[in-house]
Parts: sequence; C-alpha cells; structure tokens
Amino acid sequence: MSINQSGWRPERPEGGDVAAIDTYTGNRALMLEEPLIFELGEENGTGVDFDPAPKAASRLGGLDRKRAIGLPGLSEPQAVRHYTRLSRQNYAIDLGLFPLGSCTMKHNPRLNERMARLPGFADIHPLQPIDTVQGAYALIHQLGEWLVKLTGMHSVAMSPKAGAHGELCGLLAIRSALEARGDAREVILVPESAHGTNPATAAFAGYRVENIPATERGRVDVAALKARLGPDVAGVMITNPNTCGLFEPDMIEISEAVHAAGGLVYCDGANFNAIVGRVRPGDLGIDAMHINLHKTFSTPHGGGGPGSGPVVFSEALTPFAPLPFVEKQGDHYALIEEETAGEHHGRTFGRMAAFNGQMGMFTRALSYILSHGADGLRQVSGDAVLNANYILRSLDDVLDAPFGASGPCMHEALFSDKDFEGGLSTLDLAKGLIDEGFHPMTMYFPLVVHGAMLVEPTETESKATLDQFIGALRHVAQRAKAGDQALKAAPVHAPRRRLDETLAARKPVLVYKEPEQAQAAE
Amino acid sequence: MRYLPLADADRQEMLRTVGASSVDDLFVDVPAAARLPGKIEGLADHASELSVERQLTTLARQNMVAGEVPFFLGAGAYRHHVPASVDHIIQRGEFLTAYTPYQPEIAQGTLQVLFEFQTQVARLYGCDVANCSMYDGSTACWEAIVMARRITRRGKAVLSAGLHPHYVSVAETMARFTGDVLDLAPPALVAETDAERLLAQIDGETSCVVVQYPDILGRITDLTPIAEKAHAHGALLIAVVTEPVALGAIRSPGEMGADIVVGEGQSIGVGLNFGGPYVGLFACQEKFVRQMPGRLCGETVDAEGKRGFVLTLSTREQHIRREKATSNICTNSGLCALAFSVHMTLLGENGLRQLAEINHAKAVRASERLAKVPGVELVNESFFNEFTLKLTKEARPVIRTLAERGILGGVSLGRLYPGVDALQNGLVVAVTETVTDEDIEALADALQEILA
Repeated sequence: MSINQSGWRPERPEGGDVAAIDTYTGNRALMLEEPLIFELGEENGTGVDFDPAPKAASRLGGLDRKRAIGLPGLSEPQAVRHYTRLSRQNYAIDLGLFPLGSCTMKHNPRLNERMARLPGFADIHPLQPIDTVQGAYALIHQLGEWLVKLTGMHSVAMSPKAGAHGELCGLLAIRSALEARGDAREVILVPESAHGTNPATAAFAGYRVENIPATERGRVDVAALKARLGPDVAGVMITNPNTCGLFEPDMIEISEAVHAAGGLVYCDGANFNAIVGRVRPGDLGIDAMHINLHKTFSTPHGGGGPGSGPVVFSEALTPFAPLPFVEKQGDHYALIEEETAGEHHGRTFGRMAAFNGQMGMFTRALSYILSHGADGLRQVSGDAVLNANYILRSLDDVLDAPFGASGPCMHEALFSDKDFEGGLSTLDLAKGLIDEGFHPMTMYFPLVVHGAMLVEPTETESKATLDQFIGALRHVAQRAKAGDQALKAAPVHAPRRRLDETLAARKPVLVYKEPEQAQAAE
Repeated sequence: MRYLPLADADRQEMLRTVGASSVDDLFVDVPAAARLPGKIEGLADHASELSVERQLTTLARQNMVAGEVPFFLGAGAYRHHVPASVDHIIQRGEFLTAYTPYQPEIAQGTLQVLFEFQTQVARLYGCDVANCSMYDGSTACWEAIVMARRITRRGKAVLSAGLHPHYVSVAETMARFTGDVLDLAPPALVAETDAERLLAQIDGETSCVVVQYPDILGRITDLTPIAEKAHAHGALLIAVVTEPVALGAIRSPGEMGADIVVGEGQSIGVGLNFGGPYVGLFACQEKFVRQMPGRLCGETVDAEGKRGFVLTLSTREQHIRREKATSNICTNSGLCALAFSVHMTLLGENGLRQLAEINHAKAVRASERLAKVPGVELVNESFFNEFTLKLTKEARPVIRTLAERGILGGVSLGRLYPGVDALQNGLVVAVTETVTDEDIEALADALQEILA
C-alpha cells in the first residue's frame, strides 16, 4: 500500500471530474486524504495498555452495561498519524497571518504552554483544601490585580468561562444591583453594531432587547440612545472600540447619560487589545466589562475554545459579583464561597460555573502579561493599531473603506464589497485569499456594512508579512473588481473546494452511521 | 518585547504611509481625559523568559500536587492517567492555534475531529446526536434545563437531590433571572428516600427532571422508572454524568430513556487543571436537535463531490438570531474536545471497558478497606469509582488534618453543603486507576488515627 496506509480510498464522485482525483489513493503527495476513526478503527483495537484489574465484587446496582457502545480504538501509531494528518488540513496562526477582525488571532507564546503544564497548576483539584493550593490562588489573585489595574476598575470576577459567559456575568450583576434598590427595569439597549452575543446574553438574563442605530460614521447614534433612556432601561451594552474598528469618542457622555437615567453601562471588552495600557475603561464610566483572555492576552484559541472571560466591575457593582472569589487576607489567600461571603460579598448573585474558572488560561495570561509588563502592553496596543491603519491606508485605493474618512481606525480595518463586479462578493474574495495562502478576514460582520470585511492583523505581524498580505489582497480585490468569474470557483488549492453548507443544514448529518445503518435511515 | 516583530524603522515607515506623525496620534478619537500619557502605575516592565518562568514556578511549588500524594478527590473532577500522545497532539500548532472553523475549506482538521467527537459522545451517552461541546458540565446542565423549557413550554424543573451542589447553584443563579422554578432538596445519606421524593415531585407542570448518574454521593440509580414517570407527564428526563468513565461499566442514560444527556468530559483527556478549562458534553435525541444550544458540525460535500465538514444549523445561533437564539454561547471547548476525542480513540471500546473495570474494582476494594476503620461507615449500596463515608466526626477538619499529613483524602460534604447539618460528617472518596494499594492503606491508617 502506498502513502495512505489506512488503505482507505475516497469514493470517486459519480460523473465528476476524473482529473480531480488523479491518484490511486486519493492523496496528492503531502496532501493526504484521511478517513474517520469509525472507518479506520477496529472493534478490538486499543492504544492503551492497562495493569490487570484487581479481583472484586461488583457494586454497580445491577445496571451493568450490556450493549457495546460502538467506540473504535486505534493503536498509538495509528492514532498519532490520524490526528497529525488531520492537523495538516487546518490553517492556524502558527502557519501565517490570521486576520479575523474582532476575533484577534495573535501569536501564542510557547512559554505560556509550558507554564500551564507545571504540575503545580495542571495537576491540582478544584476542591483541594485551600491551604494546599495557596500558589494557585495567589496566581489567580495576581492576574486579577493586573486586570483591575489595566482597566482602572474596582474588582474582578474570574469565574466566567468565555466572553459570552462574561457578558452574562456583567448583566446579572447589573440586574442584581437594580433589584437591590427595588428598581426592576426591563430593557437593555444594544447598538446595531454589537456582537450577536450581546442581545442573546441580554435575553438570557431575562431582559427585552432594543436596538440603537449606528451613525453614518460608524458610531453609536448618541442622540437616539439618549432619546430612548428612561425608567425602564436597565442599561446599555456597548462594544468599545466598536465592531467597525472605531473608538466611540462620546463614551464618557454616553456613560453619564445612562447613569443619570438610573441605568448602568456594560462594555463588551472583546476589543480591549486595541487600548490596553493606554486607556482604562474605568475612566470612561463603564460599570462592567469582560475581557477575552485569548484576545488581549494571547491564550490559544484551540480551534474554537476554551475561552476565558473575567469581568471587571465598578465599585457600584462589586458587591453583586459572582462567587467564588479569591481574597488576600494578610499572607493567606482565601476562597470566598457561599458560607464565607460575609458582608463584603453578601449581595452576590451566586455561582456561574462549578469551579474556579479557567485556571489553564489564567496561567497563560499571567505569563504573557509578565513577559510584556507595563511598557510592553502599551507597545502591544500601539503596534496593533499601527498595523491596522497601515492595512487600511495601503488598500483604501482598491477596496471600499466605508469609514475610511472617519479618521484612524483602531486595531481592525473595515472594507466592503461595494465595488465588486459580475456578481462577485465578499465570500468570493475570501475564498480567493485562501488560494493565496492566507486565512480570510471576518466576512459579513459587522452587519451595519453591506458585504463587510473586517481585517485585524494584530501586533505580532511583521511589516514584511503585512506587505505580502496587502499585495495578495490587492491582487484578489482587483480580480473581484474586474468581475473575474474564476473567483467563484475558489478555493482550488485548499484541502477541499467550496463546501455545500446548504446541504449540510437541509439534511443534517451530525454523527457517523455505519453504511448499512445510514442506508436503513434513508 | 520578544513577541513584537516591528522595528522602530518599520514603525516610522508605516506611520508615513498612514499619514500620522506618531502612534499616539492614532488614538485621537479617545477623549483626552481618558488617555494615559505614560505607563500604568504599579506594574512592572517586561521580563525575560527565564524571569517569568522563575516567578510562575515559585507559585506552582506552593501547591500540593495530586500526583505526588495519595489522592482521593472527585465530586465532579477526576484524576485519570492521560496517555502522553494526547498532549502531544493537542500541542500541535495546527490544532492549538487555529480559530473556530469559519472557513471550512481550510479547517477540515478541526471539523473532522468535531464530527468524530460528536459521534463518540452520542454513542457514549446512548443518544442520537451531540454538539461540539459546552464550557463545562455545570453550564451544560443549565442549558439543558433551558432547552427543556423551550420544548415543553413549562418552567418547573425537578432537580434530584443527588445532583452536584455546584450544578444546582448554577441553576439557582440562572433561574432567579429567568423565572424558572426549581424543585430541589439536599440529599439524604440514604439512597431510597431521595428516589421516592423525586418521583413524587413530577407533575403536569414539570418541564424536566434532572438526575445525576452516578450521583454526588456516588450512587447509581436506575433511570428507567424516572423516565417513564416524566414522559407520562409530558416532561423530559435530563441525565447528568460527571464521570464519563463510568459509562464504560454501566448502562447509558439514553438506553434508559433520557431525552437529553449532559455532563463533564474532563475525566477523559483533559486533566484536573484546578477546575478548568473543562469540556461540557451535550447530547439529545434526534427530534430535539433544532432546540440544541452550541455549535454543531455536519457532514456535506465540496464542489468536487468529496466528503467534507462544516459548522451547521447556525440559524439557532446568536450571530444570526441575536436575542432569539437558543443560547448566547458562541464558542465550544474545542481543544478540550480534541483531547477527549484523542484519548477516547486511544481507549476504544475495549480500553474504556478495562479502564472502567479497574476503577470499579479498586473502588470496591478501597470501600471495603475503609469501612473496616472504626468510626467509618459506607453509605452506598451501589457505586462506580466514588462512594460516601459517614464518619463519627465532622469531615472538614478530618480532611484538613489528612492534608497536613500529606494525604488528599476526599471531598467533605461539609464543603459542598455548608448549611446542611445532616451532611457534615460525610466524606466523598474517589478511587481511580491512579490510586495504589499503598495509597489506600495510607488513607485507612491515617483515618484510624484521626478518628480514634
């Protein structure tokens, strides 16, 4: 057998292009086809050896498993090869620029990985006696202090598991604070340009959501927002810098107006990386903000997570923050839980997740913060913003930049497909970029711009990389403006050609079924 | 500044292209009152790799490491041996540093893993479909309760007394804001009373019954009669599994009629990590798939007819549906799901069964040995790898004394149920394949001395 050692051979598509599969194995040199574990694995295969089980009576309550589960097992070499082959079908920040706007894909330092794997952090249990894990609580506390200082806020809740979980945390604190003063309000205002998580979070927290429009300059319509404020408005959720890549210059004025109307201000801190070390959200009048540790502090995104979304609070919201809490008491770190909440945390809204939070992410984030320090973090935001503006100004002659005249952008540059011809769109340009060896930018977001393309280079890209990317994007944009229909077929050099997403949604196949099972189900 | 590739000369040249005289000028939209002129006070400047390593290693050394002492903690997080190849695979940059697979043509690695993961989870739980994972077991549990409300249009959830108290706390937190009613009680140290109470609580207003399997005390309950009663009243059965290894030995919740099965996947591949990141597992029967929260990966074909995978059914999700979404979740625990899947692939059917057998046998022997200690009584009739002991003394100080002697002896029910007097003498002990006979002897001897 040749390269595809599993012996697996992808089916030739019926009546398809024979040249599309021009090798016996279906492989193309180093681009290897890979079957599913269910097609590879043997029923009795395993990649793990165990010591024999000691003899003992069964105490399973008569519920012993009778049926097979249907889990294939691979030997260690088969497994390592399977996953290594699959890994090669992925684009990743380690391979090149990943310019996803608002997602912030920066370099992931490997020191952070090494630190997160120290047994003193990785091999400790969340319910160990507090005295046996003082170093871990010290780490959580130290990271929390940095986050509080960098944001100019009063306190921090470390337990939220991701950005959207942090949004929920902030809104629950806001709701608790309002209820504590006997002020049940029903509405959260969310600007049109917000992440979709914002309105979903507000609804999840039991609020009714009302949208606030954006201005032609890509900012919150302050007049519309002020006009809507009233005794039924619990608060606003604002992303700043916003999803058009712009700073909200009226943020202080907005906060004051919301506070004057008895509401509170939530800031979606997803874009904190643009201002870290230079602007403290506390100085903008914000009451609560989550911080995506992976975006600002470089914890790896892992193909979709895990995230981590600590939330910083103003003094007004601090008593309502969730448990558990780490507190420094002299030389000792205490974990404040239900029974120990006391006066200071007595008005907490409760627990959001089972344990302490994302310790593995905390370790990585603290390593990153210490590595950069106060001077480095200021440089981080400066370089991130400079790189984005460099892209904006290097391309605004070939790509429509809807807010290009609104002044400098922050850490991301926004373009649109307005000038494309021949029915070509943002999607086609994105797929064309794949053939150039780049991951595409964020597409069709924010929704306030038709055919949006949001490019975020981050601070960890060199000028040479940016220049190559600008050259590639310029080339593909010119093709799109010329109506080059070949772009419709892109990508042609990726592990897969364009995938049929409509079919996937119309006839969902979410788990593997053995061929005979699949046939029976038809 | 080793992570920043721009040189000053680059910066100057780029500023010329941009048409600004300094980087500070790019922050012109920030009101002057909110702009910091210099560095934030009170924070140190950048540090070398060696220096950072020293600082973190110092903190790490202050912790008692599970692998270095006799270790018996469970209660929702378990210490299992993870094969070396699992960490090797998840550290590959193509997995570690990839984003959510929004461009499927260049994310087939992540997507195929997710499709395989979904299949493994669905089969393990005895369900038709599973999603790409949730934050953790506790948040998955609350999402399942919300999903049951959407399906049944009822707002009363009956929680079993054996549900992990932290999971209950999460549900209580959320229910306060959504208006759901939770019907619950703390566990009794006798299995039967809990089961009877649970059945009696199910009525025509119940949206779902939530049962942990095995439960917080380690007990294994037959879910069949609960499923029958729930279904007879138009309610759903949600089963919660905090120790997935158990399903290598006992029947799956799906087989016994559970409609939604959720749980913690940490046991397989992920490691203790002081509580996170973990990986929430979420599966259900096919008819409910469009009500599921979270990401889903589906099979499709590309323009050449080749099999490929994409994220699908996104019309349930927040970026399309905004406030009408099934959940505000826009991520999954991707890398932890990968670790789970790789470990499960290495185990296979046989490996999982053997692992479960070893866990159970060691736990049975440990329970027998510990029950012989004067002042110790075994509460459980049934269990998998975790059981509850009733001591003649309050368990929290006993645990602390054990720790002083270098033994992490279990989780006291007093820590989990601080307000419940009847539970203060309860000690939950987990015994996995990592526990040796010497460890068990050490715990038994120490308990004997402390309880004397």
